[in-house]
Amino acid sequence: MSMRSYCGVQVCIDRSRSVIPTVDLTEQVLPKLVCAGNIPGSILAYNGAAIMAMKGKECVAIAADRRFGVQAQTVSMEFDKVFEMGPHLYIGLPGLATDVQTVAQRLRFRLNLYELRENRRIKPKTFMSMVSNLLYERRFGPYFVEPVIAGLDPKTFEPYVASMDLIGCPMETEDFVVSGTCSEQMYGMCESLWEPDLGPDDLFETISQALMNAFDRDAVSGWGAVVYIIEKDKVTKKLLKTRMD
Amino acid sequence: MECLIGIQGQDFIMLATDSVSARSIVKMKTDHDKMFQLSDKLLMAVSGESGDTVQFSEYIAKNIQLYKMRNGYELSPHAAANFTRRNMADALRSQRPKFVNLLIAGIDEDGPSLYFLDYLASIIKVPFAIHGYGAMFTLSIMDRYYKPGMTKDEAFQLLQRCITEIQKRFLVDQPQFKVRVVSKSGVEDLGFAKPTPQVDS
Repeated sequence: MSMRSYCGVQVCIDRSRSVIPTVDLTEQVLPKLVCAGNIPGSILAYNGAAIMAMKGKECVAIAADRRFGVQAQTVSMEFDKVFEMGPHLYIGLPGLATDVQTVAQRLRFRLNLYELRENRRIKPKTFMSMVSNLLYERRFGPYFVEPVIAGLDPKTFEPYVASMDLIGCPMETEDFVVSGTCSEQMYGMCESLWEPDLGPDDLFETISQALMNAFDRDAVSGWGAVVYIIEKDKVTKKLLKTRMD
Repeated sequence: MECLIGIQGQDFIMLATDSVSARSIVKMKTDHDKMFQLSDKLLMAVSGESGDTVQFSEYIAKNIQLYKMRNGYELSPHAAANFTRRNMADALRSQRPKFVNLLIAGIDEDGPSLYFLDYLASIIKVPFAIHGYGAMFTLSIMDRYYKPGMTKDEAFQLLQRCITEIQKRFLVDQPQFKVRVVSKSGVEDLGFAKPTPQVDS
């Protein structure tokens, strides 16, 4: 008899029997798997967060809110969820705040080892695999974060954005990625505002408006925001003043 | 039911904790000290599961002392807070997590700092912080009356407003709060603060 724990739900599979185990995954287990970030009450929505990344013309942007709360109670409006992982590489970690910090520290450690061993900067795609690998190592007791990655290739300066779920299933896109407690709102805003080949200034305006108008319709994210515009020769960090209610 | 309050001032941090030791519905003691001194200028206020609070705090305090003996210099408040966080984060995914909420106050060359840690091991540096149900009544008072660079008297007045409000509106009685101040000269004990008596009571 082997025991598997999937997000706290124990699934028993009896291998001694020859018949297929009669665990009805669809009806019994799946309704309990509250793992999506946009479901209130989920552990991913405990502290609240909204993060998105967008591609532009020879630039990328990543933006996040700054709230740290304990469910509905706001504790701080100066919480960092976007972490610098290189001169052109950033990761945003929405989810459970303790895991945001743990994962950021673990990633920084692995990245330092990689760059020491290889003696070169990491490519965004390779970094995405590193994040995915770190998360999948905890497949049956996951870190409750759904990362967003934005960066430029260290050699070709090709824009790159990707996101993944809490167990590291990656998704690379050609336009934008969103993650957090108001992902529906963020998708809606991005779908209507984003267009291809935006320059850095237009990209800043687009991502800022998309993020702000999304999290203003969410109770557990917002309270200030930060935007990083990543270009070949410079990175601009801007703090946004937003609605504080 | 426990309440921890921290306020950052001009060149100090003021910490206050309720002083009730309770088992179930019974108040066992009303002069219980919930603060632990980690080093000369580092103070920690602790609430949570009764065994964990003492066990974990002493473990952290002794390890911070050990670090000082081994290296000949002290951990900064930032380093000490992050050391504590990592210990809690590792415990969180172990067989027996530590169920403690903390406020860590310290002072170094960069000035005073106050860290808020919850039982999930999230850390955040804050100008003021409250743990427990008391936060529901007092965070708004802090938002209204806190200003950066307060003197000790001003901070104590703000604290007095908070504990008076807790006494007035919170169902659970918290008769007095233990108050300490961490400053350049070390940890100073300000004794107990009691709620300002209400006119109608």
